[in-house]
Amino acid sequence: MIKNRDTRLTIWLLVPVVLVLVAYVLYPSLRTFIESLQKDGAISLGNYQDFFVQESKTNLEALWNSVYISILSVLVSALIGIPLAFIFNRYDFPGRSFFSSAAILPIVLPSLVGVMAFMFLYGESGLIPNAIKDLFGLDKVPFKIGGISGILIVHAYTMYVYFYMTVSAAINKIDPSLEEAAYNLGANKFKVFWKVTFPLLTPAIVAASLLVFMISMASFSAPFLLAGGYRVLSLQIYFSKINGDMEIAATQSVILSIVSISFLLFMRWYQNRKDYRMASKGIGAHRSEVENPFMKWVMVVTGIIGVIILLLPHFTILLLSLVPDGTWTFQTYPSVFNVENYRLLFQDPNIFKPLRNSLLMAIIATLANLVFGVIASYVLVKRKFVGKSFVDILVMIPWALPATVIGMNLIFAFNEPSVFSFGQILVGTFWILPLAYFIRHIPLVVRSTNAVLEQLDDSIEEAARNLGAKWFYTFRKVILPIIMPGVLSGTLLAFIESVGEFPTSVLLYTISNRPISIEIMNQLRMFNMGQAAAYGMIQIALIVIVLFISNKFFGIKAEKAL
Amino acid sequence: MASIKIENVQKAFGKTIAVDHLNLDIKEGEFFTFLGPSGCGKTTTLRMIAGFYYPTKGIVRFSGKDMTRVPPEKRNTGMVFQNYALFPHMTVFENVAFGLRVRKVSSSDLKRRVLDALQKVRLESYSDRQVSQLSGGQQQRVALARALVIEPEILLLDEPLSNLDAKLRDEMRVEILRLQRDYKITTIYVTHDQAEALSMSDRIAVFNYGVCHQVGTPEEIYNQPANDFVASFIGEINLLPVQVENVQKENLVVSLKNVEQPVRFHVQNKTGEGGPILQTDNNLAISIRPEAIRILDVAEEGMNVFRGKINSVQFFGSVVNVIVDVQSVSLRVDVFNTHEFGYFYQGKEVYVQLPEKQLRLIPVISGGAP
Repeated sequence: MIKNRDTRLTIWLLVPVVLVLVAYVLYPSLRTFIESLQKDGAISLGNYQDFFVQESKTNLEALWNSVYISILSVLVSALIGIPLAFIFNRYDFPGRSFFSSAAILPIVLPSLVGVMAFMFLYGESGLIPNAIKDLFGLDKVPFKIGGISGILIVHAYTMYVYFYMTVSAAINKIDPSLEEAAYNLGANKFKVFWKVTFPLLTPAIVAASLLVFMISMASFSAPFLLAGGYRVLSLQIYFSKINGDMEIAATQSVILSIVSISFLLFMRWYQNRKDYRMASKGIGAHRSEVENPFMKWVMVVTGIIGVIILLLPHFTILLLSLVPDGTWTFQTYPSVFNVENYRLLFQDPNIFKPLRNSLLMAIIATLANLVFGVIASYVLVKRKFVGKSFVDILVMIPWALPATVIGMNLIFAFNEPSVFSFGQILVGTFWILPLAYFIRHIPLVVRSTNAVLEQLDDSIEEAARNLGAKWFYTFRKVILPIIMPGVLSGTLLAFIESVGEFPTSVLLYTISNRPISIEIMNQLRMFNMGQAAAYGMIQIALIVIVLFISNKFFGIKAEKAL
Repeated sequence: MASIKIENVQKAFGKTIAVDHLNLDIKEGEFFTFLGPSGCGKTTTLRMIAGFYYPTKGIVRFSGKDMTRVPPEKRNTGMVFQNYALFPHMTVFENVAFGLRVRKVSSSDLKRRVLDALQKVRLESYSDRQVSQLSGGQQQRVALARALVIEPEILLLDEPLSNLDAKLRDEMRVEILRLQRDYKITTIYVTHDQAEALSMSDRIAVFNYGVCHQVGTPEEIYNQPANDFVASFIGEINLLPVQVENVQKENLVVSLKNVEQPVRFHVQNKTGEGGPILQTDNNLAISIRPEAIRILDVAEEGMNVFRGKINSVQFFGSVVNVIVDVQSVSLRVDVFNTHEFGYFYQGKEVYVQLPEKQLRLIPVISGGAP
């Protein structure tokens, strides 16, 4: 290997990237693993033995429940998402494009805020069950969500979008002539669907299923607020930590990580397999107009009802945010509405502080994500070096690891001084949360940057160098300006997710740096849903602004950004 | 302006050897073309001259100076990329100005030079446009202006016309030649298109599988191909595997291989060409261009006259392509259109003459003639 300037440069860029990944991704995971092997001061597999053969079977039950809920979530999300993708991409009827953009609305709802909305909509004292009870003069509410049904409904609401988006993309890639060829060869509609269309969609469906499974395994906010006595593994980790059973928490974390990472590896393997590539280019969408007037109106009405259901949570949050503290106690419905909560939010320093904390920490974390993401992605996409796939996997690990596990990893790694924290104890300080947010969003920013860098032809960089520009000048004046829009859309997304981040916050926050999500939880505990909802509205507003900016200035569709 | 010398260069990517034993001497101000099929090593060689690759072995010199390990930004070459590689976030002006800004040219000087370069490529009125608003040919000209404005010592063109349609290609061919003459700049042009190579170049190097097979003027390459690869890659050719039967002072007699009845040809014994080739007489062929073969209605006196039958006739307008079967071999003959109707037809009995002067005995390197 010739030691020339370019190799040197690759090394200079690679070293900090690897260092960050080793220090904040690999090392904390290893610490957790080592912790899980500690039992009564000795190294043993005792904790794992306890996990699987414990008499009460609590942990095993929690693992099984997690898997069970995840499978159900995949099924329910698929049952909603796939038909919707078909209807919106294959049929044309009044309002179609409006309904199809409304279908991604659940994304405009931070997870904790969404769960909260569902509690107030469909819970024990929820608005919908009570409205039905009063409307029909029933003795008690006709239904309520909670426990497994609650978690499932929240999962279905947020996760069908993944099915909807991946399957829609796949449907639009199918060359219509393939189906026409099948009709031409004498197949009927039913046969064409099952023998041609559906097989072509299986890669997308499998990918979405794996994704939803992973996300539900990691899901924390929904079980946290709705589970009641129902145990899931992500929540058990939190309880173990609260009870001070750190070795058990470590063991649970390792087991949850193994499940998640094996899914990630399976997914990578599946996606790298030869999939069905359409040979033809320039495929036009082909939607058939719904001609039967009755069917047409059925679809429109169903669409409107669907949009209302999708928007109800947002409305509930808005409504609750207008209910001042102490005016909605024993009544079935709130009666007083004003902007008191917003006034307090911006005037009472105590109430404003969590918002300020969240914004500050999210800005720090996101700036770090931006710098790290651009360098890491540049090295991964544009440079050749030995061990690239190892770095690639390190980058993806925070995506596969459930947030709870990332929180636990940080606790184990930084509750004592280490070289990677410059000899400081980070747990209990301000810096631990920005660090957690940074780690959580490494994959998001790197991946969105990869996407734009892969589009950028190598010859652009070569042209600049040929004209006499040094590497750094080229990077600043040519590469950065070209990739910036794509990078920023990913970074802004990381920013809003950091603002709303709950699972790592709940494990790592301190009183002085508590973020919005923790304050929402506190306000809910004090039955001050108005203030909680006002925080939620701020987050929703942030998300809307970011999506609007991405769309308007960077020309990136909301679906793509996510 | 610079001369380029490539001495014993080899470039390996892992185990594959992309370029091997390459020696080239490119003169100052020359329009030099690397010609060959894709994957033949021509672009790799160009990139070694630009500095994007460093040779595994050997030396690259500009005007005698060793440039082998000099990074691309310090070589002062101007390169035009196959996809033009224009900076999409800059205007036409900014694109052309880039190299000058890097060189810290004062702003008044910069403006004058950019506008001058844009004028040379006839784009002066487009200087404020975004590059995405330009057509392919215009983008090409911006790329040329950008490469030329820095007054490079060497202009490198990597298949610059391959993304243009046929008509634009002709236009740009003229344009590039005009600019090259204007700037009197040493130019290396990479292409797989033999028509481009023949019509534009002062000299051509023909590559295949990482090896340079022949360097010469377009006429030398076309009229005196060094081997069967060069012969068949450039233009159409009749290649017939032969063995040598008789060597005389002025003449060679060769006979076709793999035929039942012997078919003999007389070939001129050219000094310096006949000698060494005869040693490898197992792998020889005679070559003759289709336009060099004469079709006769009656047998004439002279060497290499054979009786044959027209197998097929294809009409191309100015040229008529006739396939004549002589015993078991098919010869392709190109005849200028005489504006007579039905002069050639399938099954017509004719005589063909393969003029001694035009027949060349060449080594076969690619395993059997096509």
